Amino acid sequence: MDTFGFLAQGLATAMQPMILLYALIGVTLGTAVGVLPGIGPALTVALLLPVTYGLDPAGSLIMFAGIYYGGMYGGSTTSILLNTPGESASIVTALEGNKMARAGRGGPALATAAIGSFVAGLLATLALAFLAPFVVKLALVLGPRDYFALMMLAFITVSAAFGDSTMKGLTSLFVGLALGVVGIDGLTGQARLSFGVPQLLDGVEVTTLAVAMFAVGEALFVAAQGSAMHDKIHAIKGSVRMTREDWSRSWRPWLRGTAIGFPIGAMPAGGADIASFLSYGSEKRFARKPEEFGHGAIEGVAGPEAANNAAAAGTLVPLLTLGLPTTATAAIMLAGFQQFGLQPGPLLFVTAPTLVWGLIASLLVANVMLLVLNLPLIRLWVRLLTIPRHWLYAGILLFATLGTIGVNPSPVELSMLMIFGIMGYLMRLHAYPIAPVVVGLILGPMAEQQLRRALAISQGDWTTLVASPVSAVLLTLAFLGLVVPPLLRWRGKGDVLSKVAAAED
Amino acid sequence: MTGQATRPQRRPDGAALVIAVMLAAVGGTFIVQGRASPDNGGYSGVGSGDAPIFVGVVLVLLAIAHVVKGLRSGPVGLPVQHLGPVGLIVGGLLLQLVLLRITGFSIASGLLFACTASAFGHRNPAISVPVGIVLAIAVYGVFDQLLRLNLPAGWLELTIFGS
Repeated sequence: MDTFGFLAQGLATAMQPMILLYALIGVTLGTAVGVLPGIGPALTVALLLPVTYGLDPAGSLIMFAGIYYGGMYGGSTTSILLNTPGESASIVTALEGNKMARAGRGGPALATAAIGSFVAGLLATLALAFLAPFVVKLALVLGPRDYFALMMLAFITVSAAFGDSTMKGLTSLFVGLALGVVGIDGLTGQARLSFGVPQLLDGVEVTTLAVAMFAVGEALFVAAQGSAMHDKIHAIKGSVRMTREDWSRSWRPWLRGTAIGFPIGAMPAGGADIASFLSYGSEKRFARKPEEFGHGAIEGVAGPEAANNAAAAGTLVPLLTLGLPTTATAAIMLAGFQQFGLQPGPLLFVTAPTLVWGLIASLLVANVMLLVLNLPLIRLWVRLLTIPRHWLYAGILLFATLGTIGVNPSPVELSMLMIFGIMGYLMRLHAYPIAPVVVGLILGPMAEQQLRRALAISQGDWTTLVASPVSAVLLTLAFLGLVVPPLLRWRGKGDVLSKVAAAED
Repeated sequence: MTGQATRPQRRPDGAALVIAVMLAAVGGTFIVQGRASPDNGGYSGVGSGDAPIFVGVVLVLLAIAHVVKGLRSGPVGLPVQHLGPVGLIVGGLLLQLVLLRITGFSIASGLLFACTASAFGHRNPAISVPVGIVLAIAVYGVFDQLLRLNLPAGWLELTIFGS
């Protein structure tokens, strides 16, 4: 069967009423968390993981993917109306979007963001469907050493290649790797760093770490800033309709944003935030009226919003075909697959085709739902922003502990939640990135296993790691990602890198 | 952050030095524990103790990098931190941890809810405690009764939902 056949089969799965319901819950929740400042898609998926233990695997995974897509849609709303991005990939949108809202053009800004997200989501999901089978074929010839090299590249791009400081990124990554070592070694069954505490033999739960870092850490950080001033919401004046000129200025940025976002998401080259930043830069260069940039240029909203949605779809390519998460949200979704006893990778397309193609097709359906949810109902979502902060964060903490208590109501687990939460607060305070910790925790043990397998095959000969062309190229890229950014910073070109800082989603 | 910054260039960045000490301590622990592993790795030559040693060595190197940077850069100005609210939230988490087995999920979580609300400026427990407990009971009803998540029950849950 070819891709069309699989997609048609997937659509049949996606159209089942129960699956539609899961997708609807996912995109609604996703939009809500995208709109609300302080919680992003990574955290929401982490909160829901324990809750979905008893539910249908396909439905739950479709719900998670819906949250991811929805978060990308919803994030633009706060960026435009509040100047506080709801999630990291929308930071760039705030640059032009908020200026438009101040000038009374909030409606068209929201519209171009929503329609751009729709166009990009649709095209990128189709690209995912057509690209995935090829990557799966490619993946079959990859050996342990190639996987190891891929993971090295992912580590470097997540932690060191972008952001303010290579040292801080690497510190975050190695904190994650250190936590990943705790527990029983997957290859020999040796207990490592468990200090005789039985609960530590299982290792550190990804969900506990993610919830603690993102929810508890964020709440502590926001609380510690005191009653900081809140930006004024810019009411949506007039209609959300776009004029003829808005359309003609938007469609090229949408397509360019998609073309930039999808490959960046699909390669282990960082997440949606990097894509949206690059798209903003290219729109600025191509713009017919570059003088408008900085004062509310619609291209500066259309491009980045398309790019971040395309990148979200792109990150599903390595996640589904190789089992390789390249963002924090993808890392937690991987934990979601594992929770149901599924291992994403080439084999998944053979053993569970209905699930994989149902998931991909559901993304197309979810995209349509999101357009309907976001354009006519935008005023409803904006009302979410009027929830007082004290109820919002109190609720977030209640749900944060709910997940941990539901899985394992032991004092050890709750203490870990608290300690990692304080750690998350301190890391935010001192500007250490959070995502590398989560990615390090989940990818670290996988990378170690691939390395040891590769070396076992070569009988301990380390040159095997660069003996295949794929792994040699990937390791070279990883090395460059580690070495070049400090050189750039040293030569005074660091601002570009710090602007592209990969944050949490 | 304490005292006046009369000669900011000469004073080291205290935070970086503290972080360096913590990284070195964790790194050292990992190296010691890794070396204690009896596994020599068989064919691959990389045993289960080698990953902890590698991580530990890099953590120690990062600690050295922090020291160098901390001595060079001088103190970094951080925004003023209000530690009262932080203490309230951490206290709420501790309270929940202690009370969970004794009073059950709803009361323990309701108190966490109230503590957090007060950290964010809502200082009237006569409102926030009942709101929190009612919300927690609703959460318990949905997740424990409907979705079969196993949440610790106390007298309140047993009274409302039976056994």
